[in-house]
Formats: sequence, C-alpha cells, structure tokens
Amino acid sequence: MNNFSYTQASSAKEATASRAGTAQSAYIAGGTTLLDLMKANLEEHAQLVDINLLPFKGIEQTADGLRIGAMERMSDVGEHPLVVQNYPAVSESLLLAASPQLRNMASIGGNMLQRTRCGYFRDAAFPCNKRVPGSGCPAIAGDNHNLAILGVSDACIATAYPGDLAVALAAFDAVLTLENAKGKQRRVPVTEFYVLPGRTPQRETVLEPGELIVAVTIPNTAHARRSTYLKVRERTSYAYALASAAVGLDVQGGTIRSARVALGGVGTKPWRSPEAEKVLTGAPATEATFRAAAAAALRGAQPHDDNRYKVELAQNTLVQALLAVSS
Amino acid sequence: MMDSNTPEPAAQPEQDGRRSFIKQAGGLLGLALAPPLISQAERLTAMSKKVEGVTEMRLKVNGTVRTMQAEPRVTLLDALRERLDLTGTKKGCDHGQCGACTVLVDGKRVNSCLTLAVMVQNKEITTVEGLAKGEELHPLQQAFIDHDGFQCGYCTPGQLMSGVACLKEGHAKTDDSVREWMSGNLCRCGAYPNIVAAIRQVEQSGFKG
Ligand SMILES: Cc1cc2nc3c(=O)[nH]c(=O)nc-3n(C[C@H](O)[C@H](O)[C@H](O)COP(=O)(O)OP(=O)(O)OC[C@H]3O[C@@H](n4cnc5c(N)ncnc54)[C@H](O)[C@@H]3O)c2cc1C
Ligand code: SF4
Ligand code: FES
Ligand code: FES
Repeated sequence: MNNFSYTQASSAKEATASRAGTAQSAYIAGGTTLLDLMKANLEEHAQLVDINLLPFKGIEQTADGLRIGAMERMSDVGEHPLVVQNYPAVSESLLLAASPQLRNMASIGGNMLQRTRCGYFRDAAFPCNKRVPGSGCPAIAGDNHNLAILGVSDACIATAYPGDLAVALAAFDAVLTLENAKGKQRRVPVTEFYVLPGRTPQRETVLEPGELIVAVTIPNTAHARRSTYLKVRERTSYAYALASAAVGLDVQGGTIRSARVALGGVGTKPWRSPEAEKVLTGAPATEATFRAAAAAALRGAQPHDDNRYKVELAQNTLVQALLAVSS
Repeated sequence: MMDSNTPEPAAQPEQDGRRSFIKQAGGLLGLALAPPLISQAERLTAMSKKVEGVTEMRLKVNGTVRTMQAEPRVTLLDALRERLDLTGTKKGCDHGQCGACTVLVDGKRVNSCLTLAVMVQNKEITTVEGLAKGEELHPLQQAFIDHDGFQCGYCTPGQLMSGVACLKEGHAKTDDSVREWMSGNLCRCGAYPNIVAAIRQVEQSGFKG
C-alpha cells in the first residue's frame, strides 16, 4: 500500500474541502473495499479523508419511507427491527453478505461503491478496460464464470456491483441522497445511480468526484413488507452471489396486485426487471406465472462460455424466491 | 483525554540485542531528523486533523495504553504484530477473506487487516492475549481445548475472538446459527465441527461473555 496522509473530517463541508484540496484523495468509511484495493495496488491515493464522524447516521421513519444514514453499519441496519419488519429482503441482503466482522465495519454508503470481483480487474498484471480504459477485456474470451450476462458490452462484462444490498434497494425503489462540495443535495434512485458499462466501463455510477452519499430512503410499501432476498453461492456462506433475487409481492385473493423484482450476480449493474414485474402484475400467484416472469427477466441475456449456466440459475433463483414470498 | 488510571505498558523483555540496538539507533536517528513529535491523539482533537508521515500513535490494547511511531498506512494488524509485539493475532490473507486477524474494537469483532491503526486510537482493542485472566483461561479457550477445536492452531486466535463476539451477540443459540455467524473465520485444517461444539458448550453453560 502506498503511503498517504490521513485527515479526519467532522462535517460534510470539511470532508469535501479536504478532498478537493489534495489531488488523488479518497474518502474512507469502513475501509473494507478501499484498503483491499489499495493493498493490491489497484488504487493509489495521496490522502484519505475519514468520514466516520460525519452526522450521516440514524435509521428512522420519514414521510418518504425509512431513511438510513450512509454511515450506518451493515450489521446494525441488517438487524434493525424496522428493517427486519418492513423490508425483509433488505435485511436478508445485508445479513447474507460478507462476514459478521466485515458487516461490523462496512458502511451503507461504502457498500454502494464496492468494486467488481472480476479476477482480471483485481490483478494489475492483466489489461482491463475498467481499470485502464482502452487496454482490453481479457474476461470476454477468458474466465468469466462469475461475470454478467445482462447489460454487458464489448468493453466489459463484469458485475460492476458484485454485492447484495443495492440489489434489494433497486427492487424497492430506494432513493439515494447525495451532497456535493457546495453543500447542494440531490436525490437519485438506486436504479439510476448505477450506469451500464457501454464503451466507458471505468464509469460505474453517476456520483460526481467528491460528492458524498448522505443517506438512502426506502418507500414503505406492501410489496416491500412481503419480500425476500435469495442468494445462490459457490459455498453456503461468506461468498459473493453467482445469482440472487430480491423480490416482493402484494398478493390479494391469489392475484398479484403489485410486484418488484431485481437480480444480483447476473447484471453489469443491480438488475431491476420491469419485464418480470409486468408478467407478474395482475396475474395469479402460481408457479406457472413465476416461470413466465423468470423467462421474461432473462430474455435479453448474452452469456459467454463460462457463465452460460447463469441463464438457468438466475431463472430458478427468481422462481424459488417468488415461491417463498407467495406461500 | 487518556484514562489516568491506565497502567503503563509492561516493559518488553529484551530478546535480541541486535534487533533492539537497531530499533534504538533508528529511534535516535529519527528523533534527530524529525520535527518535534505531537501526540496524534492531541492532533486529532486539535485544529490540525491531518496526520502525515511517521507520528506517535496511542492504542489502548487489552486495557493498556501503548504508544508507537507509525505512518497512517499501518494497519491495526501490523501495528499489533510488528510494533507492539502482540503476535497472537494472525495474518492469513491480509484482505478480509479469512478472519485470522479478528480482534474486538469497542466490543465488536472486526478484521484488523482492513483497519487502519490511526483510526482506532481512543478505542478499546481486545486481542487474544486479552482473553485469559492471568492463568485462568477464558471459558471459550478452555472449551477449544476440551473439544480439540484446532489442529495447526493458526486460525485459532481469530476463531476465539470471533467466537467470543458470536456468544455475546446472541448468535450461538443453535449449531446452524454458529455455522453461519462463524463463517467469517476459515480453518484450513477443517476443525469446524469441534469449533462449533466448543462454542455451543460455552453457550449452554450460560456464559454471557
Ligand atoms: C472478503 C469480502 C467479502 C465480501 N462479501 C460481500 C458480499 O457477499 N456482499 C456484499 O454486498 N458485499 C461484500 N463485500 C463488500 C463489502 O460489503 C464492502 O467492502 C463494504 O460494504 C464497503 O463499505 P466500507 O464502509 O468499508 O467502504 P470503504 O472501503 O470505506 O469505501 C468504499 C468506497 O466508497 C467511498 N465511500 C465510502 N463511503 C462514502 C460516502 N458516504 N460517500 C461517498 N463515497 C463514499 C470510498 O471513497 C471508497 O471509494 C465483501 C468484502 C470483502 C472484503
Ligand atoms: S470484464 Fe470488465 S472488469 Fe473484467 S477484465 Fe473485462 S473490462 Fe475489466
Ligand atoms: S488476515 Fe484479515 S481476514 Fe485474513
Ligand atoms: S486449526 Fe489449522 S487453520 Fe484452523
């Protein structure tokens, strides 16, 4: 890890000013993504600005839904009674992620900005369009067993966000509050926060340099209350998803009134599926409906040699998740 | 700011004359060249909150305040092992993937390999060296012996710290719960069944941590 200076900020203003004051600066929250990457020499920063003292805290009901401060820890949010009760899929996405130790350290804001686990991205010896724009993508003809089948481009096929929480947040229409160096706040839906790789896979989100994630707000809805997060991995625990599904249904008298579906582990970004939701809405809550919805969700899949299995795996994962919430 | 009741760190036994000479020489040289040292804890509460280069850091480990000279990039794991001679905490992967480096910070289990020492000053750090009370082993340490909870022992300090936290969190109520909530600690020797048994024994004895 290269040497750097460390600055502790106690307000958003101080944080943005410190960061702007030194070229090659980064914020540090839990450090579980940042230090991992810096140790592998994949990121280098002259200054780290510690944002843990920023008042982006609290988990509280507001008129817009549950507001969770960006500095809250994954462990605290995952086990919070309001989250467990009203957003089971969000709670499960947190508690099935990483390890208890990492969840104690990792913040909600940092979680949104974790990086891909593409093996070529994580090994500086290889070219990678995401790390070094224009250098090429060895994954397309190489080992792509854990990479994406939806939203891919000729430049990059990585699951840019490999984690879980943002998948559940995308399903339930969560909105991020961001704040820039001028103190100006804006609200961006999680589904619009992440962008497709296209020809610029180095750009993964709409976050501007120096902009802070302040909080995330999740609307309180019937489908979020009846929701689940199903994660399929290479081992039972402590692994990233090969495929995952965040689903919520509002079922009345056997008919689906409203539905929310997002997939993880298969898209170049957390993959909300309006196609699946369209099939589900107004249809009977049966396995046949769920199969049709799963087929619709994966219709545009573009698998490569090693990740062809994900087309079927993702469909089965989605069907199992829908069966679980409808029973 | 620092607890005035805190005992001074015990003097480190001289093990290796050459090594301690180099340390001393380095210290003297460093002192001659470096600007006057300001304690980092003071800096962090004073106006200038920027820490650059080698400065003094204070870590409260197992109830004792220890001081050391280090750069901001030094992780808590390296600080414990390389600067404070607390080598009980192990380095496995150095990337958050194995749990060998697990310690408690303010009572919560964390991976010390992904924690910067500069960020945990003023916090209570507990390592495996802090579990036993003198000659009396922590109940979980005893249970690991009773159940053969290890073979090579490399993962054991991390397993113990994680297990102590798992018990305290109330996540050790069933075997399955222990398996899930201990999944952040890998054991290459595969002592898992015995580790689960050890944690469950302590849970069933009513020990609350
Ligand atoms: C071994 C391992 C396994 C993992 N497994 C999973 C898993 O199964 N599922 C999963 O979802 N995740 C997993 N993770 C990822 C983990 O969840 C993230 O590393 C963590 O959430 C990042 O949060 P942090 O606070 O530590 O971020 P940091 O490392 O502190 O920051 C990450 C990035 O975000 C920026 N940043 C942080 N906070 C803000 C903010 N408020 N505003 C603007 N920028 C900010 C930082 O500058 C940095 O670039 C795993 C990580 C490891 C190391
Ligand atoms: S898939 Fe994306 S991250 Fe992986 S090597 Fe290709 S460009 Fe890099
Ligand atoms: S050494 Fe820290 S998790 Fe492996
Ligand atoms: S006892 Fe050898 S790694 Fe666990």
